[in-house]
Amino acid sequence: MKTFLLIFLMMVVTFGVRYPVLALVGRYELPGSVKRALRFVPVAVLSALCAPMVLIQQGQWDISFSNAYLVASVFAILVAWRSRHLLLTIVAGLLVFALLKVSGFG
Amino acid sequence: MKSLLKRREFLHGARDTVPMIVGAIPFGILFGALATSVGLSFYATMAMSLFVFAGSSQFVAATLIGQGAGVAVIVMTTFFVNLRHALYSASLGPAFKGLKQTWLLPLGFFLTDETYAVVIKRVNESPDGKDHHWYCLGSSLAMYANWQICTVIGFTAGNALEDLSGWGLEFAMIVTFIGIVVPLITRFPMLIAAGVAVIVALLSRNMAHNLGLIVASVAGVAAGYGAEVYAERKNYEATGS
Repeated sequence: MKTFLLIFLMMVVTFGVRYPVLALVGRYELPGSVKRALRFVPVAVLSALCAPMVLIQQGQWDISFSNAYLVASVFAILVAWRSRHLLLTIVAGLLVFALLKVSGFG
Repeated sequence: MKSLLKRREFLHGARDTVPMIVGAIPFGILFGALATSVGLSFYATMAMSLFVFAGSSQFVAATLIGQGAGVAVIVMTTFFVNLRHALYSASLGPAFKGLKQTWLLPLGFFLTDETYAVVIKRVNESPDGKDHHWYCLGSSLAMYANWQICTVIGFTAGNALEDLSGWGLEFAMIVTFIGIVVPLITRFPMLIAAGVAVIVALLSRNMAHNLGLIVASVAGVAAGYGAEVYAERKNYEATGS
């Protein structure tokens, strides 16, 4: 029972973050400067989300070739930069990561 | 005729989301496997995927349940982990201006990192489009269906395979976001935004409740915008006009 209360509350706060701004912003015109600043949202948020997962392993900095996350991420960044192709980047990055893991390197 | 265009926009949104789904599959499976390993029942696991529908926070919640954390802590953490969606909403809002609540409620509920990334790209490419909400709904439902299926697979596989969580399946999410972010970095201010976000995220990673993510995001946005304004001003002075 406690678990379902927890899930219900998680739903409430998640929806409470996603929906109200959408409803409010749709009603009013945002100032031009705010609109311009918001263009940086995807790059900033997604970079901030990934960086610690790549560079910190088991609570420690890991900047080495034995960090499969780091090696495969650098590879994926290069593929994304050269190809600008999302699916290719994902597949190539996952392949390299899997190879590192299977070979026991990472 | 009009409804045909809407249907096309809906299907287009779903189709453009396919690469995101490739990245989300391992992550969804990982969540299902983690949920069963911390002792969540099948119904509780499915309820979380069906009603919360927020990958990274479900992941964090399952981890915290495993550590025996209390309801209040988990709900608070969920709130902070998902706070970035408010930025997404603010960014997408203008494209959905004037839509009825019957549209905004589901679009809000279904908003994820992946759908946001796909839809904002579409909005930027065709700012005058009238059917972005159909595109967004197509993307949302594709993500939603996939997430439910992957949760079931992960829950089942998690029971069968002992240490699925040691495979590093979360890398799929990282590589998806790399694929989204890198092509967006076409101008110097974008690079500044990414660089500052990365540095601040690393420095603030030990803040409670994942608050560092929000601090880093806001810092990145501010730095990017600041760099853009600065470059414009310099340009303005250089041309002397």
